[in-house]
Parts: sequence; C-alpha cells; structure tokens
Amino acid sequence: MKIWGLLVAAALVAGCAGKDDTLDASATADAATAVPGGTFGGPGLPPPDSVEYFNQVVGDRVFFDTDRYNLDAEAQATLTEQARWLNAQPAVRATIEGHADERGTREYNLALGARRANSVRDYLVAQGVPPGRLDTVSYGKERPVALGSDPQSWAQNRRAVTVVLSTPLG
Amino acid sequence: MMTSTYAPVWLRLLLVALLATVGAGRAAAQSPLEITVAGGQFKPIPIAIASFEATGPDLGPLSARLTDVVERDLESSGLFDVIPRSAFVSGSAPFASVPQFADWRTINADALVTGRVQRGPDGRVQVQFRIYDTAAEQELEGLQFLAPEADWRRIAHKTADAIYTELTGEGPYFDSRVAFIDETGSKGNRVKRLALMDQDGANVRYLGPEGLVLTPRFSPDDRSVLYTSWDTGSPQVFTLDLETGQRERLGNFPGMSFAPRFSPDGSRIVFSITEGGNSDLYEMSLATRSVRRLTNNPAIDTSGSYSPDGSRIVFESDRGGTQQLYVMPAGGGEARRISFGSGTYGTPVWSPRGDLVAFTKILGGRFHIGVMRADGSDERLLSSSFLDEGPTWAPNGRVLMFFRQSPGQAGRSQLMSVDVTGRNLQVVETPNLASDPAWSPVRN
Repeated sequence: MKIWGLLVAAALVAGCAGKDDTLDASATADAATAVPGGTFGGPGLPPPDSVEYFNQVVGDRVFFDTDRYNLDAEAQATLTEQARWLNAQPAVRATIEGHADERGTREYNLALGARRANSVRDYLVAQGVPPGRLDTVSYGKERPVALGSDPQSWAQNRRAVTVVLSTPLG
Repeated sequence: MMTSTYAPVWLRLLLVALLATVGAGRAAAQSPLEITVAGGQFKPIPIAIASFEATGPDLGPLSARLTDVVERDLESSGLFDVIPRSAFVSGSAPFASVPQFADWRTINADALVTGRVQRGPDGRVQVQFRIYDTAAEQELEGLQFLAPEADWRRIAHKTADAIYTELTGEGPYFDSRVAFIDETGSKGNRVKRLALMDQDGANVRYLGPEGLVLTPRFSPDDRSVLYTSWDTGSPQVFTLDLETGQRERLGNFPGMSFAPRFSPDGSRIVFSITEGGNSDLYEMSLATRSVRRLTNNPAIDTSGSYSPDGSRIVFESDRGGTQQLYVMPAGGGEARRISFGSGTYGTPVWSPRGDLVAFTKILGGRFHIGVMRADGSDERLLSSSFLDEGPTWAPNGRVLMFFRQSPGQAGRSQLMSVDVTGRNLQVVETPNLASDPAWSPVRN
C-alpha cells in the first residue's frame, strides 16, 4: 500500500507525471525499493531533498504531443515545481533527457528529442535555475519506457525527463 | 589450354582474365539474351548453373559450396529463375567442350553457365566459367578468377556479378558488404553494436563494443564507416577504420552531432549539429576538420545525402511545418522542396545512379520505403508495414535494403531488401535483431 500512497501523493503535489495517472513500471519499482521510511516527507514519503522525492513527488518528466515540443499547462506546472526544488538544492546538477515515440524516423526523432530537452531547459532557466547546472541529451526513440505500440504507450514515450543524479544527502 | 586474351588486371585479391572461347562464337557486345529490367513487364530469366567441375578430389566440397553461392546470389536478385540441377537432362555440362545446347533448351534454360575449379601451383584457387546463350548457341563471356582459398565466397560473388552484369546489363553488387546495427536486449533497453557482413548475410563480424550506436554509413573507398554513438555521453559522429580498427570522434560539439554521410569523393561529410535544441546541416572537410554551416533556420534540418556528382544535397526538414524532402546546392544556398505527396518524408538517400532518391514515408499510420526522381516526380512506394525505415542503395542502384520493425512489446527489427521496382521483397537473415543497414561499394 506504500506505493499507492506515493502515487496519490505524486498526483496531488505535481499534477502527476503521466496523463493516464500511472507511472512507468521502472519508476514504480524504484519507488518501492528507494523509500526507506519517509521520515521527512510525511507518512510514506521520501525526504523532500532526496532524488526519490524529486522523481516521485515533484515529478521528473513532462509530456509532449506528436512532433511537438511546446510545454502545455500541465508540463509548465510540473516544471515550475522542478525549478522550485532545484533552486532549493543549489548543489544539484541535472541532465534533461529528450525522448520521442517510435512513430518517427530515427534521425528526426533525435532532433525532436533535443528540441524537447531544450524546451525544458529553457523553462527551468527562466524560472531561475542557473544554466550551468543543466545538461541536455537526446535519446530520440532509443529508450522507450512504455513498450506497447498504441497511443497510450506513445504518449508516455514523448517525454523529457529531468534526471537528478544525487543530492548532498544522497 | 586456357589462355588470356589480354593482359590480366590485378586487383587487390582477385585476378580477372577473359577466357578464350571453346568453339561456339563469342557474341557481339550487345548480348541477344540481355533482358530489359526497367519496364513494367518482367519475367525472370531461366538460367542453368552446371556444377562447377572440381579438378582434384580435395576441391569437390569447395566447388559445390561455390556453385551454391552463385546460385543463391542470382536467385536473390529476383531477375533470375535458377533451374534446379535435378531437372538437368544431361546431368552436367563439361567445361572444356561446347555444350549440347538442345539439352538445355529442353529444360527451358535461356542461359547456361559452366565452370571449373582448379588449384594453382601457388595454392590459390582458380575458378573459370563460361556463360552461354542456349538459343543463339553462343558463348557470351568466359572469365577466370584467382584468389586465396579463404576468399572463396568472394570468388563466388564475383562470378555471380559477372553473370548478372552480362545478362541484365545492370552493374554488379553481389561482392559487397553491409554495415548494420546488431540489436539484443529488450525493447526498453536495447543493446546495440556496430556489425559488418557480406551482402548475403555471411561473415558477420562485430566492429565494436555493445552500447548505443546508430546509423553506420560506408565510405566510398570501402575502408571506413561513419556512425553516431553515445560513447561520450551525448550523440556524436565517429569514424571507424575497418582495416586498423581505429576509431575517432569527428564530432566534438557542445550539443550533439549526428546523421553523417560521406561525399561521393570521400573528402567531406554532411551531418547535423544541434545547438540550443536546433538542428542544422553542416559539412566537414575530413582533411582539415574544418566545419562549415550549410543551413541556418529554426527547423530540424537533417539526414543529408549528396548527389553522386557531389553538386547537390538532398535532406529532410520541417521548415514548412512537416517533415519533407528538400534539395540544395552542396555548398548550401536556396533549398527547393521536392516531396509533395500526402504524409511526411524522411531519410532521403540519393541513388548511386543519380536518377532517384529513396526515402521513408509516413502515411496513414504506416511507414513506407519509396523512391522518386530527384525533381520529386514519379513517386513510387516499394514497401509498407508498421515501421519500414532507413533505405540504403546497393552499389548498382538497383536494389534497396532497409529495416522493418514489428509492433508491440516483442517488436523485432530485421533487415529487408527489395528491388527498385518493388518486386522481390525479402528478409535478409542476421544472427540477432538488426537495423540501420548501410551498403558498401562493390569491392575491388
């Protein structure tokens, strides 16, 4: 039940990462193993300055429409929370990964992933995160998180993920 | 005795010489048998390949394998109907005498090939063969190849190329290789590896460690391969020397570099650099490593490919709102859109003949491989599936290879080949999953 609590909390705090109110399987697994006792963030929540908190509560990813790289209101809300968290953790660096779904050609999708990662970077910088703390990398369609070949899976794969490697408290 | 009718041409591995005829008159330059392969009406040419005679007991198995490879090459082209040896009336055909043409006409063989395998005094293998027109009762060609036994497959491919070229008028392509991406692991965590094989799938070898690598491209001199790799964290363009194994990062750019392709003379590459999320086309001189910008706009400009004369570049761009094909001068300048059908277009590759551009087209939720003239006219789609992508031309501009991915969690990528007319769609067998094929030039 701990995982459920975490997902509900994520939906409340960050408007939830996924449009269909689910996180991908690997993120869920990470949450299950990475939440020790939730001593700082309330019942069942990881410490607010932890990577786990950023990933699961703030929300580490935003989503895009097909062939698009503009940030909708939901994505902007998530990124505003990301920026707030990053600004509160001045020692943390982040890499923004841009991804595309499998319904495009490989090289175009690489370029599209770069556009998406850059959109996120620009938004975070505009929210006060120093650009020197942010890297971007595109994976095109090479690293899907949802493996189906259906609109729901593709929507989850058209994403930019802000990867926070570590925090001072680890 | 066989004697060369002119001085032999020394190639890197193979000695090629014209054989004297055995009696039947050699045909004039324009073969009466030559088939027209461009038109809509087409019938594969029925051909009989007599088992090549082994002149020593130790050469029997080699001769049988060699004949098999010749047959498979010709059959795989889709332009030949190879008559099974079990149907032969006269069993085989002696290499040193004129064939009984009536026996071969009886089984409807329009063409007949006879051959012989010998071992030279230096231990190398010598293969001799003759191509006959059974209706005209004429010898069309007689050739011999000499090479180390280890290169027996190349002798077979050269033999098949000679038969193919003599009878179809098309350029050769069987003695060529394909660089590709070997894929293992699950769909969510594919492990990719640069690999190389003969065009018929034989002799697969791996060219590097496992990782995330994409889109190899062969150099026009057959010696190196360009590719894109995440080895240094973000996608950058690398070059790999196939003989020394030496690899070098060509791209060292703050964003990423990708989609490289050689110029026809091998002196330059066209590729994309992404800066601040924006991808434009650049060229790099391989001698000086100087980089010059070719396009400058907020659109995605990528997948550049030179015309065979080096004067123009075809590329894809979404500057008009959707992904479409454009042609511009090789040094940059005004780009003209050439794709105007419905759907979107990507991965353009100029044919080595110069007449056509092959591409990936996305239309109605399906992916297609297609070709159009370089001015955008005469668009034809050659394939259709959930995901067909990334065409590469055989060196003769007659055959295309691409990759096909099936849908779903268990989706698999495999290599496919198709004739430029859309006929003869075939799976190219590989040990694991495979994608991003890149055809080499014909070897010499």
